[in-house]
Amino acid sequence: MTAPVADPAFLTRALLPDLVVSGGAMLLLLYGVWGPETEGRRRGLLLGALVTIAAATCATAFTAATLPRTGVGPLATDAFRWMADVVILLGTLLTLMVMRDHAPRARWALAEPAVLVLLAAGGMMLLAAARDLILVFLGIELMSVASYVLAGIDRRNPRSAEAALKYFLLGAFSTGFLLYGIALLYGATGTTDLARIGQALAAGPSVMATAGLGLLLVGFAFKVAAVPFHLWTPDVYDGAPTPVSGFFATAVKAATFTALVRVTLVAVSPTLVPWNEAVWWLAALTMIAGNAFAIRQRNLKRMLAYSSIAHAGFLLVAVATHTPAGAAAIQFYLLAYALATIGAFAVLSAVGEAADGILHARRLEGLWQVRPGLAMAMAVFMLALLGFPLAGGIGFFAKWYVLQAALQAPVPQTALSIILVVATVVSATFYLYVVMVMFMRPRPADAEAPAPTPAMTRLVIATAVVVILVFGVYPTPLVRVARASAASSFPAGR
Amino acid sequence: MASAYLPVLLLLAFVIANAGLIIGASHLLNKRRPTPEKLQPYESGIAPLGDARDRFSVKFYLVAMLFIVFDIETVFLVPWGVLYRELSCVMPRLADGACPAGAVSFFGLGEMLVFMAILVVGFVYVWKKGALQWD
Repeated sequence: MTAPVADPAFLTRALLPDLVVSGGAMLLLLYGVWGPETEGRRRGLLLGALVTIAAATCATAFTAATLPRTGVGPLATDAFRWMADVVILLGTLLTLMVMRDHAPRARWALAEPAVLVLLAAGGMMLLAAARDLILVFLGIELMSVASYVLAGIDRRNPRSAEAALKYFLLGAFSTGFLLYGIALLYGATGTTDLARIGQALAAGPSVMATAGLGLLLVGFAFKVAAVPFHLWTPDVYDGAPTPVSGFFATAVKAATFTALVRVTLVAVSPTLVPWNEAVWWLAALTMIAGNAFAIRQRNLKRMLAYSSIAHAGFLLVAVATHTPAGAAAIQFYLLAYALATIGAFAVLSAVGEAADGILHARRLEGLWQVRPGLAMAMAVFMLALLGFPLAGGIGFFAKWYVLQAALQAPVPQTALSIILVVATVVSATFYLYVVMVMFMRPRPADAEAPAPTPAMTRLVIATAVVVILVFGVYPTPLVRVARASAASSFPAGR
Repeated sequence: MASAYLPVLLLLAFVIANAGLIIGASHLLNKRRPTPEKLQPYESGIAPLGDARDRFSVKFYLVAMLFIVFDIETVFLVPWGVLYRELSCVMPRLADGACPAGAVSFFGLGEMLVFMAILVVGFVYVWKKGALQWD
């Protein structure tokens, strides 16, 4: 018996937001190549990208409102997907705005990176919707291939080229793991549909299925930069242009985690010991190692890379809970983390690298004296990443809900929660170090003041600060939406 | 279950034995009279000039890569052409292979038009970027 042929009209409607993003990207590509890149054309490119994202947001809202939330098939149309789309589009929007200011100063063309960011966003949105392993693979590839090029977009800079090569080689390698895992799972269960894999595995997985799940998890761990599959992360984030690193740390991670949550909650039963133990160890190792490696880092982009590894560990705790509450905590966390991280990278882009291309913490010494606004914003982002109450805004609640989900799960993850709290305390050493350097060290006499912060970057930083602080006082509406979306998308019992 | 793979195993054994036989026989039966001309690499009858491991202009690489990209993408037309009748009919076809009246669908053609449009966008980009210019 063959699988029922999906209705093309329905699939087209379900894919509308992704199609809008990809179509807009292609039009922008033609606009960007149609003449020399002047300041006016850069403005046009940003306008076009903003219109594309606005149209994609409208398409998401329209599709979410008109299509039924339930149903089977390769494309999910549930609330969890729409929430993830919003986080992805937000990360894409903020990245494009910072990029528009960064590109002329770094002297690389804006057209290709802007288009690649949008194409990657299309892949991410497909990934967020994928309920079939083939689509998961397709989404990851669409996202990753654009990311490899983005890492090397500053092609005259050897460090950027090195980042691109490393990312490409290790990314291609991890894709091999993912694909082999999918092939083994298909061999063991005869389907690539997540729900049917779940049914087939419920009877007790065969050796082939266990191996497939393991390889699948390794592939995901590579993409979300979980220890011990994180080795590419510091080099890539350090070498890639600053706004691109921010994009990798937020949107790429958000999309991959959305897919990982879907795979975990739909295809893997909470009693499947090998998978759950592997996730447990990944979470524990990632939290411990990510924070430990970050302590001694004085290169800020590498420090944020290790910080992003550490946050992957915190998110994996929520994956390990195996509950809709954990999925909701992940969505809330991803939003909080995306705002703080893109904000931090926007500040770094505004401060700029030294002549040797390295963003050492010394660049921030006494920033308070010359750019008080930037210093205050960076302090908020660091405290948000730390999870400090009030001054850190939603960062605190993000960790709080992960802890709550971990402790209230049917199988409470007490040990992981303890590691999470201890790791957070340890992370204070490097997040607060940045704050200390900005406010308590004097500005070196020979240090030139950073160039005035460009308008779009300033807007991104201000927006991130306001959203972090406002929802840090009153997170209830966001939490309610995240919980409702996760609860309706993953009915209890799984 | 495992016996289903027996033909594959037989084919494998046959291929290995056959290859061994041909190489072994020519090794044993031929007469070796090497001359300097015979030991030279064969260059389609032209006397070899210089080392093959030379530096080439990067333009060759670019053109070769563009060729591969568009070449492989166009190969997609073949499976589409084979399946075109199935893709253009929303129902199983009648016994004589015709599509029932009213069941003809635009889907097959539409998919290929979308695919070609994407390909054309890429082509226009490459063209305007000057990647097809040799100088």
